[in-house]
Order: sequence, then structure tokens, then C-alpha cells
Amino acid sequence: MVAATASAYEGGFSDPVGAAQTVFRALMDAMARPGSIQPLPDVAVPPAPLTASAAALIATLADADTPVWLDPLLAKADAVRDWIIFHTGAPITAHQPDAAFALVAAPQNLSALNGFALGTQDYPDRSTTVILQVDTLAAGAPLSFEGPGIESRVKIAPAPMPQHFGAQWAANRQAFPRGIDLVLAAPGAVAALPRSARLIRQEA
Amino acid sequence: MTSPATDAPEPTLARYNFAYLDEQTKRMIRRAILKGIAIPGYQVPFASREMPMPYGWGTGGVQVTAAIIGPDDVLKVIDQGADDTTNAVSIRAFFARTAGVATTTATPEATIIQTRHRIPETKLREGQVLVYQVPIPEPLRFLEPRETETRKMHALEEYGLMHVKLYEDIARNGRIATTYAYPVKVEGRYVMDPSPTPKFDNPKMHRSEALQLFGAGREKRIYAIPPHTDVVSLDFEDHPFEIQSFDQPCALCGGEGVYLDEVVLDDRGGRMFVCSDTHHCESRRAEGHRGALLGDEASADAASATVKEEM
Repeated sequence: MVAATASAYEGGFSDPVGAAQTVFRALMDAMARPGSIQPLPDVAVPPAPLTASAAALIATLADADTPVWLDPLLAKADAVRDWIIFHTGAPITAHQPDAAFALVAAPQNLSALNGFALGTQDYPDRSTTVILQVDTLAAGAPLSFEGPGIESRVKIAPAPMPQHFGAQWAANRQAFPRGIDLVLAAPGAVAALPRSARLIRQEA
Repeated sequence: MTSPATDAPEPTLARYNFAYLDEQTKRMIRRAILKGIAIPGYQVPFASREMPMPYGWGTGGVQVTAAIIGPDDVLKVIDQGADDTTNAVSIRAFFARTAGVATTTATPEATIIQTRHRIPETKLREGQVLVYQVPIPEPLRFLEPRETETRKMHALEEYGLMHVKLYEDIARNGRIATTYAYPVKVEGRYVMDPSPTPKFDNPKMHRSEALQLFGAGREKRIYAIPPHTDVVSLDFEDHPFEIQSFDQPCALCGGEGVYLDEVVLDDRGGRMFVCSDTHHCESRRAEGHRGALLGDEASADAASATVKEEM
């Protein structure tokens, strides 16, 4: 057995019950109001390139029942892998369709969203929730959404985002009720784009 | 053991986690809630736990509340609109004790409202969460007992059977006779059971400002309606959906356009109709609204005389 690096044991929630509840409520509000930006306290100190926000989310959501997929940037950092295993007990999987959660440190390199589990028509809940680490929710290319949880329209400008996001998200929406849900983990904030959110084409 | 009696708490007494449930259970429920929100109206299976209360007393709602509640939340619990009935009082006390949260009966002050079969009359606002206790989450269950079949019907969006049921209502009774647990379609996709709320409350679910979460403990299902979501009661063009109406106002607060409970007063057919929502009724009375049967100080003698006479 290879000994885990020291940083794997540190940087977890100092108040696991309270922190998990705070982070979950922020995420629940984000999911219930797609595109809204919810403040997220810095409650985790993970090894780079995993960010504090993404680490807090995965520590809140994942456990032994939920395989986690890491994008190549995170997968090659042993410290990240060890940190997630130590703090959540979640198995790390190399297969996208097996993942309950996916952590993506470099969204711009994410080629396809439909490689993840989309659920089945009978059980659309058996799908992957993809957590994207983004630098900003306000300074990227603006995207407009409508759908459940949105009063009329909502604008959000996350960056970086997966390539051809517009076409990929339209395809994801097309598969409803199947599909992935996106969580955007930004510094100090979280937003979510559940599969129910419809992207409105920008008037060029 | 002959140690002296003391009122101090036993130091070795087992302590429960915050809000009773262990963290792994909360994570499992939280994941189900997120999926439910992402797929409005779809019933997400979850590993419902034994709770320290019997099935049918709100174990599903209690588990959902336990998974979302935090120390800063203010909890209101209603049972058929009333804050002061056994189920509501016990669940409120349960969370006051296991989570140490503040509780209230005032709808506007609550951040989480757990309900058994009513939606408060006061319009809910953004930031509030309404948690429903659900006995039977599957709207098609009494039409098709097999879970494998109902699941397929939801998958294929095959809801003809439900329309047949409503049509048979019309054929037999001349109108849609379903008055509670009236089926709704959420965001044009899933047909959903709004739990046995009177159909009077169905329009309040439509594009509500509040997040609505549904927990069915025995049946192990969680589902959700995000805010601002279309919730349409099923009907026919020539038999449009309509809610109950009452031909008299609340006997205590004089309120109209609210859901009323019938209260039997004696064994000679005496009855009164009062607000089902106790907080709504009390706040209206505090504002000075008077119903026909509300005793007040000026007529207290007359009222007691009437009672004696009837006895």
C-alpha cells in the first residue's frame, strides 16, 4: 500500500454536521432556483487543483454509496484522490457511466456531457451529477435560461465552460427526464443547472 | 444502585445527532431531494428509515425536514391546517428537542413548514420550504397496483388511465367528484399526487414562490416542485377544474375564500364552519375581524345563557 500524503488527512470539515448542512442548503437553493448564485462558505481546505467549493460539495454529497469520477487534471493528482477517499469514503471510478458524481477541474477540456450516466426512462434519477470547477459565475459568456425554478428568465455567465456548451446542453435537455445535472462550483459561491433548465438561444 | 436522586441529566445518556438522523442517512436523503428538484414531479426512491413514530404519522416529511433543517431555521408544523393538534405538536417538539431549532405557528416567520394535508392560506414567499407528509405518493396506484407498471406509465408519459378515472367520475356523478389528492401535472410532464390536500389548495402549488418537497416514509419516495413551476390540475375542456366554495364565511373570523372545517356542535344538527388554517384564523381575529359565532366580552353573558339553555 502506498502511504497517503499528509495533506489527505487535513482540510476536511471541522464541523461535519453543521458544514454539511450549510453547504447542502446552499446547493438545494441553487438547484431549486437554477442560475441563481448562492454564497458558499469556505469550509474545506483540499489539495490543489481541487478547489474549496468543489471539495465542500463533494464532502457534503458523496459517501461509500456514490462512485466519483475525476477529470484527467484531478485524476493525476494523487493528493486529490486520497483526500476524497479519506474524507468521504467514496470509491473513485474511471468510468463515466458508473459515476454518481463527477468532479471537473478543467471544464473547457470536457469533451462530452453525454458520456456520463443519464439515467433511464424508468429511473431518470440514476444519473451523474457533474460538478464543474469554474473561476467565475459573472464574467464569462452570458447564458440565459428558463424553466422550473426560474420566474421568467435568468442570466448567468460562468467560465470556463465545456466546449460547444449550447449544443451539448440542448441535447441534454432533449433527453428529459433523462440527463445530467450541472453544479457550478465557483470561489465562495455555487450555482446549479439541473436538467430541467432550458438554454435560450442568444439573439445574435 | 442507591445513588441519591438527582435531576441532573445522566451523563452517559445516548445523544442523538443533530436533527436525529445520522449523517449518512441525511446525505442519502439530500441526494434524493436534489434529484427530485431536478426532475419536478418524479418520485425518487430513497432508503426510508425507521423513525421514532409510526408510519402514517409523517415519517417521510420528518426525514425530509431532518435532512434540510439547520440551527437557524424556524419550523412550523401543521396538521390539516392546525398548529395545535397531536401530530403537529409532537413533530414540532421532536425538532425543538433533537435540533434545538426555534418553532413558530406564524406562517410568515417560518423558514420550513412541515404540513400534513394543507397549504397555509398566507401566501408563501421565496426562501420558505414547504415539506409535505405523503401517505401514498403514486397517483396511479389505485388504478394500477403494480409498481412495475406505474413506473412504465410514468416513463412513457402514459396517463390515459387517470383521465379515464376522472371521466368515470363525470359519468357517474355529473362532475369530477375527486375532492382531495386531486392529480396534477407538473411542468407538462409528470402526473403527481399532491398528497391528500383538499383540491382547494391545488392552485396554491402553481408557480409558488416557495420550494415544495414531498416525503413518503412508508412508500420510500421523495419528490419536489421547485418554485415558479407550472402545476396544473387535470381536467377536461367541458369540465374544467374548480375548487370547493363555501356558502358561508368562517364562524370565528368571518374569513371568506379560505378552506373551512365543519365542526359539529351538538347532537341536534348544530354545526359551524371554521378556518382549517388556525394561524390564519387567529391573526384575522387579532386584527379585529369577527365571525358570527365568535363570543366576545360584550355578549359573554348571552353566549353562556345560550349554552345553558341548550344543555
